[in-house]
Amino acid sequence: MNTRTNINTLKCLVPFTIAEALEMKAAHPDAFPIAGGTDVMVWMNDGKMPGRTYISLHRLAGEWRHVTGTSDGGISIGALANYTDVRMNPLVIERWPLLVESARVTGALQIQNRGTLVGNVANGSPAADTVPVLMVYDAVLVLANTKGERRVPLSDFYTGYRQTIMDGSELITAIELPHAALQPNQYFRKVGTREAQAISKVVCAGGSTPGGKQFRLAWGSVAPTTIRSFKTEETLANGADAEEAWEVLKTEISPISDIRSTAEYRLRVCRRILEEFIGHQSVS
Amino acid sequence: MSIAPPYRYIGQSILRREGREKVTGASRYVDDNVIPDCLHGKTIRSTIAKGRIVDISFGEGIPWDEFIIATAKDLPRNVVVLIEQDQPALVEEFVQHKHEPILLLAHKDAGLLEDAARAITITYEEDKSAAFEIGEGSLQKEYLIEEGDIEKTFAECDVVFEEVYRTGAQEHVYIEPNGFVGWWDGDNIHLRGSHQCPYYVHKAVKTAFGLKDDRQVDILQETTGGAFGGKEDFPSTVAIHTALLARKAGRPVRMIYDRAEDMACSTKRHPSETRLRIGCTKDGKLKALDCDFRIDGGAYITLSPVVLSRGILHGSGPYKWEAARLVGKSYATNSPPYGAFRGFGAPQSLFAIESAMSALAEKLGMCPVEFRRKNFLKKGDVLPTGQALEGDPMLDAIVDKGLQMADYWNRAKKIAPIPNRGIGLSVFLHGTGFTGSGEVYLASRVALATRGDGKVEVRVSSTEMGQGTETIFPQIAAEVLGLEVDDVLFVKPQTSKVPNSGPTVASRTCSVVGRLVERAAHDLKGKLNGTPIADYHATHGETLGEAKYQAPPGLYWDDEKYRGSAYGAYSWGINIAEVTIDPVTMHPTVENFWGVYDIGTVINPTLAKGQVEGGIAQGIGWATCENVVLEEGAMINTHMTNYIIPTTMDAPPIMVDFIENPYEYGGFGSKGVGEIPMDGPGPAVLNAVSMALRRPLNKIPIIAEELLDD
Amino acid sequence: MTEPIRLKLNGKEVDLHSHPMTPLLHALRNEELSPGTKYGCGEGECGACTVLLNGDAVMSCMVPLCQAEGAEVETVEGLCIDGELHPLQEAFICEGGAQCGICTPGMLMSALYFLRQPEKAPGGVREALEGNLCRCTGYTRIYQSVERAIGEAAGK
Ligand SMILES: Cc1cc2nc3c(=O)[nH]c(=O)nc-3n(C[C@@H](O)[C@@H](O)[C@H](O)COP(=O)(O)OP(=O)(O)OC[C@H]3O[C@@H](n4cnc5c(N)ncnc54)[C@H](O)[C@@H]3O)c2cc1C
Ligand code: FES
Ligand code: FES
Repeated sequence: MNTRTNINTLKCLVPFTIAEALEMKAAHPDAFPIAGGTDVMVWMNDGKMPGRTYISLHRLAGEWRHVTGTSDGGISIGALANYTDVRMNPLVIERWPLLVESARVTGALQIQNRGTLVGNVANGSPAADTVPVLMVYDAVLVLANTKGERRVPLSDFYTGYRQTIMDGSELITAIELPHAALQPNQYFRKVGTREAQAISKVVCAGGSTPGGKQFRLAWGSVAPTTIRSFKTEETLANGADAEEAWEVLKTEISPISDIRSTAEYRLRVCRRILEEFIGHQSVS
Repeated sequence: MSIAPPYRYIGQSILRREGREKVTGASRYVDDNVIPDCLHGKTIRSTIAKGRIVDISFGEGIPWDEFIIATAKDLPRNVVVLIEQDQPALVEEFVQHKHEPILLLAHKDAGLLEDAARAITITYEEDKSAAFEIGEGSLQKEYLIEEGDIEKTFAECDVVFEEVYRTGAQEHVYIEPNGFVGWWDGDNIHLRGSHQCPYYVHKAVKTAFGLKDDRQVDILQETTGGAFGGKEDFPSTVAIHTALLARKAGRPVRMIYDRAEDMACSTKRHPSETRLRIGCTKDGKLKALDCDFRIDGGAYITLSPVVLSRGILHGSGPYKWEAARLVGKSYATNSPPYGAFRGFGAPQSLFAIESAMSALAEKLGMCPVEFRRKNFLKKGDVLPTGQALEGDPMLDAIVDKGLQMADYWNRAKKIAPIPNRGIGLSVFLHGTGFTGSGEVYLASRVALATRGDGKVEVRVSSTEMGQGTETIFPQIAAEVLGLEVDDVLFVKPQTSKVPNSGPTVASRTCSVVGRLVERAAHDLKGKLNGTPIADYHATHGETLGEAKYQAPPGLYWDDEKYRGSAYGAYSWGINIAEVTIDPVTMHPTVENFWGVYDIGTVINPTLAKGQVEGGIAQGIGWATCENVVLEEGAMINTHMTNYIIPTTMDAPPIMVDFIENPYEYGGFGSKGVGEIPMDGPGPAVLNAVSMALRRPLNKIPIIAEELLDD
Repeated sequence: MTEPIRLKLNGKEVDLHSHPMTPLLHALRNEELSPGTKYGCGEGECGACTVLLNGDAVMSCMVPLCQAEGAEVETVEGLCIDGELHPLQEAFICEGGAQCGICTPGMLMSALYFLRQPEKAPGGVREALEGNLCRCTGYTRIYQSVERAIGEAAGK
């Protein structure tokens, strides 16, 4: 039966500085940070709060709500930058078009004004829409605790369904994207249940480097975590056709049936998307 | 005596009377009630579909003595009366469906209430004989309509077409969930809530508490945030629960459902299965119809018999048949009871016949428009119940207008060669008001009352829930009385203050109750005899103009044989849908949608169009994305995230127009408008998708997962 | 309990006493500050609870109260000033944009956001209202309402 969370049993901490936030996290390794709250508040409404202590990061907006270019042509997306910040950013629009596209189809405007990309990553849902895009752009996460910082490629971040390599003491402070080396004809496909406010049944992002030397292809909702299909990328780089590539991709994904769709459908759609992606790449 | 055109107010888009409150946020919905010293109520429900309760345990860590706990034993009569008396308000021992209410809790701390709900464990002895499919459980009700010699006529046919059509359950998704607040003063109960039929709630509460006097129960309808049939019978249960907790607590109680609870336990549209056998000549003249219409009624009878009846009464479509047999069967299952939803069975049976008409046209190599035209009902034609049509349905004119609006011929020609694109249509009818003798039994009454300030009050139990009741009744009364429309006030429906004008269902408000308002206005006008209202009121005190339902002359119905005039009037319409299928995902998108309707006189064009457009969007949702996923008979996708209704990005541009063919006995010539918009989109969309995929389909919702078979 | 949380509601400073994790929606409603802001789902899907938070349209059921501390919150109650309806409100009445009315406050706030920041929804009205479900209207009349108000703002 559906019951809501008893809010009065929750504890909410509000740090005013990054140092304070990291100290709080160290002191409460079980605490959940809150960025935009668009996942946390849904759990609360559903009576499914995973913990009792929460650390609301909103006071750190000055430091963490940034989308800024880096000296080597990349970009850094702060932990409190929301979808709207990202999709309206001129640099992102110019160099990381898939980020704009995926942010634009995440929830609706009101969600985009709150939800953060870091939250999308940290939440670890395999259906997250921006995560395949970030993977295709070779995103690196900046994790920090009171002891220091480390950088982890996003494609190494997930270890299982909603499991990550993050330590209880850590927070994600930013997502860094290197200079985008992909051709302009990048690809994004969200297969939702409707045109807006939809959770993905399958989501795919892809691209290739000039001359088709390298391919990037990442998938959501077809495995316990979002995945980069490295083997398929390699086959494609070796000149495989759709048929051959599909034989490889099949081994990399493992869709299941759930309330939104069926394993069978997801498999078939992945194949069609792969064909569409290949067609898209060869046009240019 | 009757008022003739040109009218002052009829046919004018008078602005919604309660519009200002609605756009300023001032309207009071049930959850906006602020009642001091009020407790929150919560329902504890079954987690199995069928079985016996063995034990209820109250876990540790909860201050149980602070809680009000109510069970079936606390109710004088444990029943939710409607048509039958088979549904308990709370389970005593035997559970018949998932989410059935067992226990009620109340506490002043809403958060603690949630913890308490989690701390209750109910142990069951599960009964594995639960039924979940149509036909598995017992028969709740059966109807038969027969006209002509069916087998002989089939034997004369060149072509016989057979198919089984299925429709899924549909959740109303009124944006405001169910809720009531209530309190007792002495032996009198006051309830305010979100509902569409105050007197249904009144009767149910009075019965459950064994109250003797009608005046002991006062039911008020708060501004209601959508209903669509979903707040026809279900609110009675919520009201009884609220009243029960309030009585035990000796304090006011509020029971406001959250979305997930509302979706899981409230009524839905009946799933249906229709076996059709249609016989015709090879040049497309329809001759024989054999329709076996079955619905899933759920665990209790509720409204299923009347839904079933309306289903078969519309199952022959707007066509003339030499012989027809329509059998309707409602089966019990261990699902939460299915209930009223806009259209009330007609969308289901019309879906079958209208999908079949397009498939059969294809089979005959005929154009779906011409095939239909050849068989349309005309004035004097006889329906399968034996009713001869008195008026001319004007179907050719309606169809012509629809085709022209949609630029159908050019569009169809352009689309035809393109893969994954299609255009489809449907033509349909909808009976106005209660079926058969229903209106006679209801014996609805309305009153208009004078006021000292020279204004007039409309007193009806017909509710406003977005359709426009509060606006059109003053329009009608003002027209007759020669008043300014602003001088006619609408009283908030409350059983202690308004007579019973019947439930707000069955497309009856404008036409049937509107007619009563018109007659009551004439009654008052006669009494006034030219004296200004304020003067008359000063000398005579409050004066009422009254009217009580009278069946139109010649309207006759035989409940036993199921023959006669099922409805005094029918509304008619055509829908055209244009769709595109995504070749990768098979996701269907409705690109454009057109509808032309005859709803008699259009009292208020803006409101009428709003009704029709909204109904069409619901119909498109039913056809495409609205998939109730059932597990052990109960909905599991109980969130707006996973039960998908159309957003602005999904709903297509909808173009609507009317042809006015007035009905003599409807309010100023009006006929039913509320439900007919739901009838056409299902088959129109299905026919369009069938064209796009070049294969006939037979089921809605149309699910991409089911279309994609490589 | 904890310290009250102060914010600016429709231009006026108010103190809220709900738990800091309470959804802004419920805090505003329970404390009788904005009964016009509506609940429809509590999970960010329906948009009935839309308010402007520091000028941005948000689902108030998704905002923990503590995050609104010191913020400017605009709700439907702030649209009508001294009894004078906002052009959007006028337009919703004239065009039939409100039926049952439960989605209307949220629709109006999203529409207001669109009027102020049209660049956020380059696809126009339809896109601007994608986060607001309406079950009554089929949306046609809502678009007409918003377009009418835009027309008026443009000095038609
Ligand atoms: C109506 C609705 C529609 C949606 N539609 C989509 C959609 O179409 N596609 C999609 O992908 N998602 C969708 N979402 C989910 C999406 O909004 C979230 O995943 C969002 O990106 C999370 O960001 P947030 O800032 O709101 O996260 P929060 O809810 O604040 O946090 C999410 C998770 O991340 C953790 N976290 C947050 N910040 C940090 C940090 N700095 N370090 C470590 N952990 C952190 C939190 O503890 C929590 O576990 C939708 C949500 C809603 C309510
Ligand atoms: S109540 Fe907030 S989006 Fe529905
Ligand atoms: S007007 Fe009723 S939900 Fe929009």
